[in-house]
Amino acid sequence: MSRLQIHDVSVVYPGINGGEQVRALSDINFTIEPGEFVVALGASGCGKTTLLSLMAGFISPTEGYLTLGDSQIDGLPRVACGVDLADQIDGPGKERGVVFQKHALLPWLNVIENTEFGLKLQGVGKAERRQRAASFLKLVGLEDFHRHPVYQLSGGMQQRVGIARALTNDPKMLLLDEPLGALDALTREVLQELLLDVWKETQKMMFFITHSVEEALFMASRLIIMSPRPGRITHEFELDFNERFLECRDARKVKSMPEFIEMREQVLSIIHGDEAAGGLH
Amino acid sequence: MSATKALDAKAAISPAGSPQQSSPTLLQRLKKIFSAGPVMPGESYGAPGRGKSAAISLVTASALLLLWFVTTTAGWIDPMFLPSPVAVLARFWEVLTEGFANATLLEHTGWSMMRVFGAFALALVTAVPIGILMGVNRVARGLFDPIIEFYRPLPPLAYLPLVIIWLGIGEVSKVVLIYMSIFAPMALSARAGVRSVAIEQIHAAYSMGASRWQVIRHIILKSALPEILTGMRIGIGFGWTTLVAAEMVAAQAGLGFMVLNAAEFLVTDVVIMGIVVIGIIAYLFDMLMRYAERKLVPWKGK
Repeated sequence: MSRLQIHDVSVVYPGINGGEQVRALSDINFTIEPGEFVVALGASGCGKTTLLSLMAGFISPTEGYLTLGDSQIDGLPRVACGVDLADQIDGPGKERGVVFQKHALLPWLNVIENTEFGLKLQGVGKAERRQRAASFLKLVGLEDFHRHPVYQLSGGMQQRVGIARALTNDPKMLLLDEPLGALDALTREVLQELLLDVWKETQKMMFFITHSVEEALFMASRLIIMSPRPGRITHEFELDFNERFLECRDARKVKSMPEFIEMREQVLSIIHGDEAAGGLH
Repeated sequence: MSATKALDAKAAISPAGSPQQSSPTLLQRLKKIFSAGPVMPGESYGAPGRGKSAAISLVTASALLLLWFVTTTAGWIDPMFLPSPVAVLARFWEVLTEGFANATLLEHTGWSMMRVFGAFALALVTAVPIGILMGVNRVARGLFDPIIEFYRPLPPLAYLPLVIIWLGIGEVSKVVLIYMSIFAPMALSARAGVRSVAIEQIHAAYSMGASRWQVIRHIILKSALPEILTGMRIGIGFGWTTLVAAEMVAAQAGLGFMVLNAAEFLVTDVVIMGIVVIGIIAYLFDMLMRYAERKLVPWKGK
């Protein structure tokens, strides 16, 4: 089974115009196991997005390396390490699907053309890619919108297309960069449930970034809390609220459980402590 | 407070509504035109330039034509300075059927269109690829940027003599002059189009396994299309502007040549007629381009 591992990774951004260097991530050691739903939560500037960009291959670490299964995925020269690495992937790859907050759909393509885009790039025949795209559009509830222009869809429906598009490519893991951040509260809750259903259905590894404490607790099987200056992981929690939801199908009930509320207050105090210490928002 | 405001709004929408109200003064009317004003449902308050203007444009055009007609038929202006619309129309028919300066209007128009659209087609197949290359490749950008930025602001008349010295007085130098004026805006628009691509779209494509070439072809080219089309509209405008300069030297036919030739002999009605014909052709082409924009890039601005 292929797990994603981050080995002693630091990221240092060069100072702008000879200014001070910024240590965006410091000594990150971290593993995502197959089937896990990992959520990263933290104040602005804690390096969540940098961590996701590393996993996606959009940037390379200053120190350390990343592996997915038997492949080194950081775009750096092959490291000599205990693990026997069979393969090397430079930069982004189709085994790591990304869902963005917005602006990532292609407005010149309609809903199903957007969804099958990855398969088209790989040269999959039209009939087959249509069929696969249609099955994932059905999974996200867009079976009646195949021919709609994406720029006419609501924000929530656009994110559904983004999720279906990433899944159609059959990646090993999904990287979700605040995918629900720009949505209204009601749509957001609907899509939280949808994502959990997708997770259960597909058993993909998920790495999900959010600003919302409630969302993080609800979605995560493992929650990591990050802290800024330098960006690092300060707390980790194993959670099962997502499993509880998948059992009882009642999000309000799960989110008003005493354990949930207790956990929420604990996490909030951690984050507020960070903000007070940093003195910035 | 809010009740009075609502009443005010009602009064402003239908000023003639209440009979006891005296009609507004000129100053009040002017104020209303330039104020943010109350809005009807479906409009947004404070949006710049709100409201329709087509009717006003129609009135402006009709008034100008009427003024032209009245002043010239009344004999207040010497026809050498401004001939009457009737005289221009008559001349239009005459040049169409009999010709002027050894060529009919269709021949003049044909030659000019061939030069302008020939240069335009040449620019399309060279400037757009070079502009895109400048956008995606730093070597290309470093190579072409100083050349284009240096000659772009020069008036074509300034380098016309050089073009003639190098390429002679034949058809080639005319097309090249027009081509150069179209090339710069078209290349720069294509380059700006490349720059306008959302980085999320590029990242998404790479994360779906795209190669660099696939990203250029499927993402960057498509994203740049709206700006390329805008560049084509700007470019063809520069082309028509340069036409008269190109036809100044050793032309036998062409709308620019016709106008210049007529000016030499003070045949003012041909001058005006030529200007109107160039204006109409340029306007029709622009309409065509706008139609193409609506068909090709319906997502523009959304």
